[in-house]
Amino acid sequence: MAGTQSPVRVPAIELVNITKRFPGVLANDRVSVTVQHGEVHCLLGENGAGKSTLISILSGMLRPDSGSIRLDGAEVGIRSPRDALRLGIGTVYQHSTLIPALTVLENLMLGARSRLMLDRDGARKRLAEMAAQLGIEVDPEARTGDLALGRQQQVEIISALWRGSRVLILDEPTSMLTLQGVEELQKVLRRLKERGTAIVFITHKLHEALAVGDRVSILRRGRLAGALSSQQLASSSMEDLRAEIIRLMFGEESAEIAGAAELNTDLTDVEEESGSSTPVAEGDVFLELKSASARGEGTEPGIEEVSFQVREGEILGVAGMDGNGQRSLAEAIAGQRRITSGTVELFGVPVNRLSVSARQRLGLRYMTDDRLGEGIVRNLGVSLNIFLKRIGEPPFWRWGRVDRRRINAEASSLVKAFDIRTSGLEARAGTLSGGNMQKLLLARELSFNPKVVVFHKPTYGLDLKTTEHVREVIRDLVRDGAAVVVISTDLDELLELCHRVAVLSRGRLAGVVGNGPDAVDQVGSLMIGMSKGQEAA
Amino acid sequence: MNGLLTQSFLTALIAGSIVAAVPLMFTALGESVSERAGVLNIGLEGMMLLGAFLGFLGAYELHSMWLGFLAGIAGGLIGAVVMAVLSVGMGLDQIVVGIAITLAGEGITSVLLQAKFKGTSPGLGNPATVAIPGLSRIPVLGHSVFDQPLLVYLGVGLIGLMAWVFRSTTWGLNLRAAGEKPEALDAAGVSVLAVRTYAVLTTGALAGLGGAYLAIVGAGTFTPFMTQGQGFIAIVIAMLARGKPLWVGVSSLVFGICLSIATALQLTNINISTDVINLLPFVAIMVALVLFARGNYLPPALCQPYVRGGK
Amino acid sequence: MALETETTADAALAAGAPTAEPSRLVRWWRTAMRSLAPVILALIAGGLLMLALGRNPVSFYVNVWQYGVASGGWQNSAVLMAPLLLIALGLIIVFRAGIWNLGYDGQYLMGAALVAGLGPSILPSWPAPLAYVVLFLVAGGTGALWTLLPAVLKAWYDINEIITTLMMSFIGIGVANILVKGPFQDPTVNIPQTRTIPFDKMLPDLGSTRVHIGVIIALGAVIVVHYALTRTSFGLRLQVLGANPRTARHVGINLRRVIVTSFLWSGFLVGIAAAVDILGLWAYVRANWNPAYGDAVIPFVFLARLNALVVVPFIAFYAVLSTGGDLAAQQVNLPTDFLLVLVALILLFMTVIEYLGRRRDMGQSYLSPGLKEALRHPLVRRRSAQ
Repeated sequence: MAGTQSPVRVPAIELVNITKRFPGVLANDRVSVTVQHGEVHCLLGENGAGKSTLISILSGMLRPDSGSIRLDGAEVGIRSPRDALRLGIGTVYQHSTLIPALTVLENLMLGARSRLMLDRDGARKRLAEMAAQLGIEVDPEARTGDLALGRQQQVEIISALWRGSRVLILDEPTSMLTLQGVEELQKVLRRLKERGTAIVFITHKLHEALAVGDRVSILRRGRLAGALSSQQLASSSMEDLRAEIIRLMFGEESAEIAGAAELNTDLTDVEEESGSSTPVAEGDVFLELKSASARGEGTEPGIEEVSFQVREGEILGVAGMDGNGQRSLAEAIAGQRRITSGTVELFGVPVNRLSVSARQRLGLRYMTDDRLGEGIVRNLGVSLNIFLKRIGEPPFWRWGRVDRRRINAEASSLVKAFDIRTSGLEARAGTLSGGNMQKLLLARELSFNPKVVVFHKPTYGLDLKTTEHVREVIRDLVRDGAAVVVISTDLDELLELCHRVAVLSRGRLAGVVGNGPDAVDQVGSLMIGMSKGQEAA
Repeated sequence: MNGLLTQSFLTALIAGSIVAAVPLMFTALGESVSERAGVLNIGLEGMMLLGAFLGFLGAYELHSMWLGFLAGIAGGLIGAVVMAVLSVGMGLDQIVVGIAITLAGEGITSVLLQAKFKGTSPGLGNPATVAIPGLSRIPVLGHSVFDQPLLVYLGVGLIGLMAWVFRSTTWGLNLRAAGEKPEALDAAGVSVLAVRTYAVLTTGALAGLGGAYLAIVGAGTFTPFMTQGQGFIAIVIAMLARGKPLWVGVSSLVFGICLSIATALQLTNINISTDVINLLPFVAIMVALVLFARGNYLPPALCQPYVRGGK
Repeated sequence: MALETETTADAALAAGAPTAEPSRLVRWWRTAMRSLAPVILALIAGGLLMLALGRNPVSFYVNVWQYGVASGGWQNSAVLMAPLLLIALGLIIVFRAGIWNLGYDGQYLMGAALVAGLGPSILPSWPAPLAYVVLFLVAGGTGALWTLLPAVLKAWYDINEIITTLMMSFIGIGVANILVKGPFQDPTVNIPQTRTIPFDKMLPDLGSTRVHIGVIIALGAVIVVHYALTRTSFGLRLQVLGANPRTARHVGINLRRVIVTSFLWSGFLVGIAAAVDILGLWAYVRANWNPAYGDAVIPFVFLARLNALVVVPFIAFYAVLSTGGDLAAQQVNLPTDFLLVLVALILLFMTVIEYLGRRRDMGQSYLSPGLKEALRHPLVRRRSAQ
């Protein structure tokens, strides 16, 4: 419930009973949120709760079915991003809206008020002003694609505020930042608060919301489940707040998932439950990289001279913010990307020259993070998608001819075993929900003889139940003797699952850390660039 | 090979090259604008033909070269409007719509020609030219280069104008954004659809102008399918030139030479069959693609329809 | 952009909503409507255009039926179906893989030139079946050869195939001309054309009709191609590549091999179409001749949603329209190029109806997603490509 003691002042922005429906799902159900000037209001909720939809409505990308929006007390209609920007509502989206090939100045000049000539000097002056106000430094002529991610985000914030700084919306802003980047962001937010900007901060991480927010609203399944006022945040203890928020976010299920990584404010709690029970120094080396390098693609850097070993029965985590070469690493191991120097070895045998399918035959599996774009074929049925990596293999294909019955029989048992909710084996895979798509991918990768499995962001975007399920599957895999690599930007998750955690920074392996009480600090400093107490890979 | 250096051959070659290059240049400049914004116009051939036919018709009926050019622009715009509505506005596949526009352009111009002139199309007179004083008296070069219809000089000026637009105007920047990352442009509050629509219309107008020039000045008449693949050559020129207007002009001239060398060779005693000569531009393109395509750069959003709220 | 969704419907899915899939019967009905409506609308629009030009559309269409089907006209239509079907099959293979092979004209003419050039030499002296097989292989091989350069450029250097196949097409047309006027020229006549294949050496007719067995060959090819595309691992790999090249790479498909083989098979079928046509109908090739079958066949390939069986009635329809329309057009004093306008109208109506239908269904599009994305990659060699 909103606090009752706030002084009477007109809120910067009020969302009143916003409702938005998509075919089959009610994304926002009469949601009302109020944000004051100079305040950071956190929108908290797990994936699928409706946060992104709400933000899209505020920023003009979507229009609500019903409900109203008030700015400084007056009702406004936001029909397009142009309207939003004109009203002084700026949004920093989760996925960058900067154009990498253009310079900072050019990105900022985009869509300048319909004047014929580009006003470079004017823009340069304004950029200098705003940068000074926010306490950051930016080179106007730098290509945005060349900037570090934290710097890019700062440019995006300036861009969002370019035409007026009444409201700033940040959608999961810390997912790509170093610890230092997070600090710099907080500095910028403080400056903005001083200038009276209202800030809406979306996150799914409880501890983040508590650290940053002056007020917190919790969304659950499209509804506003509850809100915590500034008084409550100030006066209650951490445990009480945590319990209250968990109750609001998850309701009855809260008891089961109280241990989940996202909910814990203090990461040291997490480590006690991590799976580092058995030392694994004895198993055979299943996967080894020896000084492997591969080129990057687009804005994604490649990897350079990366070396590590993964043994039988071990889970190795690869931590690092997005854009440090994770995809290059995964693809280099899988065979989708060429190794330019060094070797990748499976069971002691160099596999540089082996194709993707050849490595698959050796027992390597790669579960991509891009389910829709790379993992499945939308228009093909569920059963064919499960067998997509085994095209041509007997007994499912004989002399090139397909044996539908056998495929369906096997697929049917797999669907049951992996709990894939689908209307039928022939249902098009594109119609599955995110969680079931992930289970389909699991069924595909793990159903026949997985020996070395690389997971890239295995629980990204999934609701909590499926997330726990996937983590269980990973633990089972390893108990059965496979070697597993988990690449993830979620440090909490890595510390919960992995025996050791490697840190990837700008394509290089900064170090490998054993999962122990100091793991968080060590990983953090490796990410920033100083190494302490590394374990030999 | 002494036949190659005679005055008559060189004059004919240079004059012919410029005549052949001008339609290509206008069309390719137009296509550069569209491609910069992320739209590929496979229908360019159809737009050129529509421009050629309407241009010829306009010049014939209204007894004026300039009115003919205007009519040609209108012709190209017709094709462009179809492209803009279907591909840009509705997001339908650019290739399929482009093929349809080309087929329609070929078919309709042939049908209308027969409907109007019942078989034989009349010829127009020689176009009026503007001779640059002094320069036009240089031997060999003078008459062929500096004594051209006014439109040619305007076309060269267009190169500079376009380069300036790309570099220094808001619209030029928006074009680039629409081709690189339309979501970003949308988020900045600019209508991607509007930017692309204006781009396509510009392309159609210029392609129509190029076609009109081909009919009025180049051939002096209209025959069905008279563009003979020049629309596609223009697409390739725009791609190879990476959207830099100066390179478009230079490439157009090179291909103009290829196209006109057959007729010029008839003045010499060199005997290569016209069929082989006619192959030259296409072989040249294949060679250019194989050798130079690596350095090429196409806008990432080329051929992607933009739908807000989606990819 | 790993997890972006494509439409708001997808956004809903990502949010966890189950999709109500309409029943198969309803889907089938809607698909049928979406395939037939463009044709009907195009015919109507074409009729209106004729009215505007002062011609009588009703008599035109009646004549189309008259010359295309009635009183023996169906035989001419059936003969036309042979090359049309084979070319359609060639396009289906390659479009399913998401590849635009627009070079069919050049591939066809090269095959035709070689058959017309070599035929008169070997047919009189060799036993007929052997001669036919050799000529078919030569034509198919030439057609395939003409796709080789664009195929390699695409597979290894990711160079856009629309431009390369178009350029090769123009080159092929030119080279065919040179061959016809040069080594294959008939020395006994003044017109630029090849020698003529003796009448008794041409493909035999079916029974007492004038329809040669080329039609049977084409129909046989339909069955083989359909089986290959729907029931074999080759066909599945094609489909995955056409749906999403990234997924294809991810699941271990050898992209280069699939690109090149699909291109080669496509060119092969176009070459066979030429062989069937020359050996069955024309018996010689004239210079500067181009029947341009491929342009006309494209919309029907899409309307049939790239299905080899379904495309047969569509091709039959067009064969009648073309055969009857040739004569019918002359009757109303229109050039035969008018048919191009009809084909263009079909394409345009098809895209519009697709748009209207897209809002409801997901994934019923006539185009495989790979085709739409064929131009996404810049001409630059992708450094990380395998």
